[in-house]
Amino acid sequence: MSEVAQVGSLNLTTDVLVIGGGPAGTWAALTAAAKGVNVVLADKGYCGSSGATAPSGTGVWYVKPDEKLREEAKASRFLMGGQLAEHRWMDRVLDRTYENMNKLGVFGYPFPVDEQGNPHRRGLQGPEYMKLMRRLIKKAGVRILDHSPALELLADEHGVAGAAGVHKQSGKTWTVQAGSVVIATGGCAFLSKALGCNVLTGDGYLFAAEAGASLSGMEFSNAYAICPTFSSVTKTAFYSYASFYHEDGSIVEGASSKKGRSVLARHLLEGRQMFAKLDGAAEDLRPLLRVAQTNFFLPFDRLGIDPFTQAFPVTLRFEGTVRGTGGIHITNESCGTAVPGLYAAGDAATRELICGGFTGGGSHNAAWAMSSGSFAGEGAAAYTQSLGQYAARRSPVGCSSSTLIRQEMRPGAAAKTEEYISAVQDEVKPYQLNLFRTEQGLTSSLNRLDGLWKEQRNREIQRSPEGVKAREAEAMTATARWMYHSALARTETRGMHKREDYQVTDNSQHHRLISGGLDKIWVKTEAVNKERVLL
Amino acid sequence: MIEFISATKCIECNQCVTVCPTNVFERVDDGIPVIARQSDCQTCFMCELYCPVDAIYVAPSPDGLTGVTEEELTNQGLLGGYREKVGWGKGRTSVASHDFHYKLSARSIF
Ligand SMILES: Cc1cc2nc3c(=O)[nH]c(=O)nc-3n(C[C@H](O)[C@H](O)[C@H](O)COP(=O)(O)OP(=O)(O)OC[C@H]3O[C@@H](n4cnc5c(N)ncnc54)[C@H](O)[C@@H]3O)c2cc1C
Ligand code: SF4
Ligand code: SF4
Repeated sequence: MSEVAQVGSLNLTTDVLVIGGGPAGTWAALTAAAKGVNVVLADKGYCGSSGATAPSGTGVWYVKPDEKLREEAKASRFLMGGQLAEHRWMDRVLDRTYENMNKLGVFGYPFPVDEQGNPHRRGLQGPEYMKLMRRLIKKAGVRILDHSPALELLADEHGVAGAAGVHKQSGKTWTVQAGSVVIATGGCAFLSKALGCNVLTGDGYLFAAEAGASLSGMEFSNAYAICPTFSSVTKTAFYSYASFYHEDGSIVEGASSKKGRSVLARHLLEGRQMFAKLDGAAEDLRPLLRVAQTNFFLPFDRLGIDPFTQAFPVTLRFEGTVRGTGGIHITNESCGTAVPGLYAAGDAATRELICGGFTGGGSHNAAWAMSSGSFAGEGAAAYTQSLGQYAARRSPVGCSSSTLIRQEMRPGAAAKTEEYISAVQDEVKPYQLNLFRTEQGLTSSLNRLDGLWKEQRNREIQRSPEGVKAREAEAMTATARWMYHSALARTETRGMHKREDYQVTDNSQHHRLISGGLDKIWVKTEAVNKERVLL
Repeated sequence: MIEFISATKCIECNQCVTVCPTNVFERVDDGIPVIARQSDCQTCFMCELYCPVDAIYVAPSPDGLTGVTEEELTNQGLLGGYREKVGWGKGRTSVASHDFHYKLSARSIF
């Protein structure tokens, strides 16, 4: 624990604090505010442009409440996800997503309208969607702190009671005391520059673990996206239309977007450049594709390449847990955690409940973000209300595992942070370590990662923009360790988790892997479908 | 990666400083913002969208600079091209409402 709270340059007291202002965080803020409580939302970047959704656009798991359609929707990913999804959660998320998407229409999102005059609500353009969400939460009275990353949670013996952080543009510190906190900080893409993902460094996982919460499904954390070598745009859906080629123009056998990414990875590992061409898209389909994902075509247009007729070099860019499914362990229907007052939503929380160990080409993630955000917002508001008078009488302390200080860090600290970051990246990015997992590879990686954690944990970290980077390095290191400890424990292949030394699915391992701990990591199993406490 | 802010076009509104998620820009009193932390740029194109006068260019590659000039880009019609395609900015229709979305969804294989 670090120093006592309430010494920031900006000190606020509120009912609910939301950390992270992507879809999950803004829905949490909106639903909490609708329950009549005061809400503060702090984002590391700018709420409206930050996170994985904002620069992009997402297909959404929007399915009409028709029994047959819903059954098909639930079945579509169930097997691919290793049968780890739970029907009850899928039902709840389908219901809430349907409701929220319809609300977005009412709130003014410009859905396209078909010939019969029906709005088409199966996708959202990121910039438009997040601009609207910002407007809605402001209108609801939510106080937004932009460029204000949290550095740690605050807690007392009864549970979580706020957070402290820094405003990056002024260097000033902030402290928000709150009756409850929703973590909506997104996943962890390890600063790989996947589209919009460099703000997503696993901070929320670390905060939650420091407060005593656990994680779930961290073995499902090795998403790699097909991406031109010259681009950050990791939109992969359109590669369903792609053929893959060798340098000499011959076809790469077995390579495909859905089932053949490993083939691409194996060739890349051998040092062979892979090429793609979207030649499977019929001529009259191409203008439609160009409109559906404007940003997909942006890099090509800028370089004068026609991706439908010209082959272009591709690689697999690492997206970690952003398009994986692991995250903070959810212990009740309000997206609460094992720690009182702490809630988790969106990519920061586990998505296994609706997609098991695989998420593929999206839709589920966006649906989960808006639904879990709503569940968490409502849950957090109700929790704070239940505290009554007591909420005002708390004096929580910081939870950071490293000591957070006000003074300058030692000379050379920034360079050290850079070193830690690239050392972690060297463990999680390589296909031979993370995509094709083996006991030997994981164990040797963990030895190095444990060493990295020890070194960082003993550092003093300044409450400053520089310190934010140091905390990001710590969060990435911790995340990599939960990932690889879980991957080591799952001695089978299931969902996106592939073990070279255990290539088949083992029915006796049809369970979840819960993990946690900081200096010493633990992993245990939990049954799927276990009845959970209803709030 | 962010390449430049056009000194001739910029109207010093600081929108880019406000919206950049990774805080690449630095506000300057009575001047155009500076690109203070270029290596933090995540190539997300959000600054381009929010710049009201198409003064910003972000090159597609997230690694390294291309050294492309404003004149070259203007000649190729690339400055501000993304905003136009997304239908972002006053007087434009957002691509979000385009009927190709549902037409594609009736035919797509993903
Ligand atoms: C290129 C791409 C395409 C995608 N396409 C689809 C799709 O078609 N369909 C689909 O369903 N899903 C898709 N996804 C996934 C989808 O974008 C995510 O599931 C969704 O954005 C998750 O929302 P979120 O609010 O949990 O996280 P994010 O949108 O990532 O937001 C997290 C927010 O937390 C903030 N934050 C982080 N750390 C801190 C901190 N320490 N303090 C304060 N704030 C912090 C960040 O700044 C950010 O604003 C795609 C993802 C990518 C990368
Ligand atoms: S492209 Fe994105 S990260 Fe880079 S400067 Fe612009 S807004 Fe910032
Ligand atoms: S948004 Fe555009 S006009 Fe405004 S300050 Fe930035 S570059 Fe200049």
